[in-house]
Amino acid sequence: MYVAVKGGEAAILATHELLAETRRGDPAVPEIAPAQIREQMGLAVARVMNEGSLYDPDLAALALKQAQGDTIEAAFLLRAYRTTLPRFGASLPLDTGAMAIRRRISAAYKDLPGGQVLGPTYDYTHRLFDFALEEGGETPALTPAPAPLAETMPRVPDILGQEGLMEAEAPPEGDPAPFDLTRASVSFPAGRDVRLQAMARGDEGFMLGLGYSTQRGYGNAHPFAGEIRLGEVAVSFVPEELGFAVDLGDLTLSECQMINQFAGSKDIPPQFTRGYGLAFGHAERKVMSMALVDRALKARDLGEAADYPAQQEEFVLYHADNVEAAGFVEHLKLPHYVDFQGELELIRRIRAEREARLAKGQDHLPEAAE
Amino acid sequence: MTRRAYDDGRTAAYNYAYLDEQTKRMIRRALLKAVAVPGYQVPFGSREMPLARGWGTGGIQITAAIIGPADTLKVIDQGADDTTNAVSIRRFFERTAAARTTEATAAATIIQTRHRIPEQPLAAGQILVYQVPLPEPLRRLEPREAETRKMHAWAEYGLMHVRLYENIARFGEVTTTYDYPVAVNGRYVMAPSPIPKFDNPKMDMCPALQLFGAGREKRIYAVPPHTRVVSLDFEDHPFRIQSWTEPCGLCGATDTYLDEVVTDDRGGRMFVCSDSHHCETRRAEGHHGPMLAAAASIHLVEKEDAA
Amino acid sequence: MTGNAEILQAGFADPVFDSQRAFRTVLGALSEPGLVAELDPALTPPPGLEPATAIALLTLADYETPVWLPPALAAGAAGRWLRFHAGAPLTTTPADSAYAVITAGAEAPELFDFHPGDDQFPDRSTTIFIQCTSLEGGLPVILAGPGIPGSRRFAPQGPVPEFWRAAAANHARYPLGVDCLFTAGRRIAGLPRSTRIETGETR
Repeated sequence: MYVAVKGGEAAILATHELLAETRRGDPAVPEIAPAQIREQMGLAVARVMNEGSLYDPDLAALALKQAQGDTIEAAFLLRAYRTTLPRFGASLPLDTGAMAIRRRISAAYKDLPGGQVLGPTYDYTHRLFDFALEEGGETPALTPAPAPLAETMPRVPDILGQEGLMEAEAPPEGDPAPFDLTRASVSFPAGRDVRLQAMARGDEGFMLGLGYSTQRGYGNAHPFAGEIRLGEVAVSFVPEELGFAVDLGDLTLSECQMINQFAGSKDIPPQFTRGYGLAFGHAERKVMSMALVDRALKARDLGEAADYPAQQEEFVLYHADNVEAAGFVEHLKLPHYVDFQGELELIRRIRAEREARLAKGQDHLPEAAE
Repeated sequence: MTRRAYDDGRTAAYNYAYLDEQTKRMIRRALLKAVAVPGYQVPFGSREMPLARGWGTGGIQITAAIIGPADTLKVIDQGADDTTNAVSIRRFFERTAAARTTEATAAATIIQTRHRIPEQPLAAGQILVYQVPLPEPLRRLEPREAETRKMHAWAEYGLMHVRLYENIARFGEVTTTYDYPVAVNGRYVMAPSPIPKFDNPKMDMCPALQLFGAGREKRIYAVPPHTRVVSLDFEDHPFRIQSWTEPCGLCGATDTYLDEVVTDDRGGRMFVCSDSHHCETRRAEGHHGPMLAAAASIHLVEKEDAA
Repeated sequence: MTGNAEILQAGFADPVFDSQRAFRTVLGALSEPGLVAELDPALTPPPGLEPATAIALLTLADYETPVWLPPALAAGAAGRWLRFHAGAPLTTTPADSAYAVITAGAEAPELFDFHPGDDQFPDRSTTIFIQCTSLEGGLPVILAGPGIPGSRRFAPQGPVPEFWRAAAANHARYPLGVDCLFTAGRRIAGLPRSTRIETGETR
């Protein structure tokens, strides 16, 4: 008797072996260690932590190694791991005003308390190759600053807020626990907590493109980079059984607060409105893009027209998630031959029927009944 | 025993069937609502799964929430047990739930499927779990969820009928060949997932429980046993299913859904049952199609010496 | 027996597999209305809860699902047991509950006092356990609809004619409405809002 040839399982196992070999590359070249990725590819690690929604530089580095540097695949690994972790509760709100600053710039003020702190940035590098990196070697020793930075620096929107010029942002009534879009299904209209979460884990490239579109006229944005800051912030947690806050450690965070115009309304005098971005690690482009889109998504709350993609929350929230998007785009690789056969059967039959009609001298369909 | 370690190269221990118990409860609650309101899409807190979104995570989460040691699981994709994604999902449950698996439709208590309903009629007590990419049948007419939700709430399905009728005016028939919309229990219009419309009639008054999971879109819905499922149509253009002019090349069946296999680059092709287990069962019963020898020459089947 | 001892005695022996088996029974009950099934996990319920009610609640309820219990049960061992084993909050407002327990024939809120869901989210409704003395031998009603080939006779002991009128009215607002699970001992039967009910009076 004839039986089906089956090789699916063996073929799948073979792909795993081939993948491992490809990932390793030339064995004559020394293998990279996750610690090297963590220390020397920190911006990629930050991106994976953001899009993977988990602050764990070691695991993000491992994910990058396992994913051959594919940040979406690495974020996917992190998320699939994250979903299995037990939850102990929510931390206390982070106080970015108490951030230990490494970089802090404001495009809105020439000078301000704490000053402009340029910190580590590519902004003023000329994009010329440093061929010395090919060989490796020691980096030059840092020249210490003449005076230490201020311990904390006020945030620009807070300075504006003292004057009543910045929209106030109070927690919603009763200060409810924030929505968790990794645990519940989003419905619309979505609250700001949902929007900010979705953008924080959203694809950096997608957020960048959307933010850019608001600047180019698809969203009427006139932002000032009120402040961008990078540094370490303490995170603390109140365990149910202790009843007091315990310090869990420091997170490296990037924060951007964009200042936007708002003409005011019947009840509110003219004031500035805020676009907010926050992300793990050094992720300046991400938080700036996020802040632009956050402001654009406030259109509905502020009674503005919402004509453009960046202002439409369903569009932004449903399409920002690159792990979901990649899964669905790439699922087209899966077999679809059952459905394709249905299409083939249809198109052949419609063509045959058309030829039969043409042969009989009819050149159009019999009228569909009204 | 509540935890079962499985070897993934490390010593990680995952809960039985991967999902934690709180997640299973959340999915189970959604399933009960889905059963109570047939065809209505229940939002659920779809979890990140270790398989890609769009690759069956909705069906996997449902199976993980219902499966137990007494179950026997069958997984098919395109009707076949040996398709790569079916193999991958079957392995997932063998590893995480030590699942007993089968290819025999009648022996399975849970059948997880992508794109087909088995040819052999399902029986009472069986559960068919569909993987659903796009649960919203109105999505191609209206992209905004806030709007489609209202359309379902008010049973405003006129737009769907208009679209189907436009098809008829243009092509003489409804040109939807898969994921053909159905009305469930006379109330909700539902996407049956991308099964060929050939399979739609099998959903109607089916004695098995049918559960649908859309992981990426975070929706669960259901058709209880013995429930009316009607494919949308018009009196003057009744619903009809695909048919072929030739039988299955391997088993000679004339009443099954066929896949087309290209056999050479000179226009040669043959048609074979998409339901691989059904086809194999028929061959074991002595049915032979006209192309069996040709199929062996292109390694679709191989000759096994009778014991 | 102290309160704690009474609580700690009575949970699932094997939470993963006991709740999986129980869920499949409940799923079957709601999928095939009026068909009586038996829940087999071993469990000693607190006073006031039928074993089937307790098993199903332990399977389905947790910190996300407020539960309404009759005041006497809420204040007693049943309330403590549910909070401890399921972590479920108790509510005194029927319309706020995801699950509710009433005893057939006893004083209880009307079905319409519980949450029927809303038109865009009919799933946000209450599921009510109706505790009976038996699921057979009572006033018979004829059920029809999804899950039922033709029609099915169902005769739990406890529900009075007014209850069946309310249940029929509950069905009349489909797809809104509450879903009911009848329990007696270890037995359970479902009555989702999708089921049509014909009582002897109207036939």
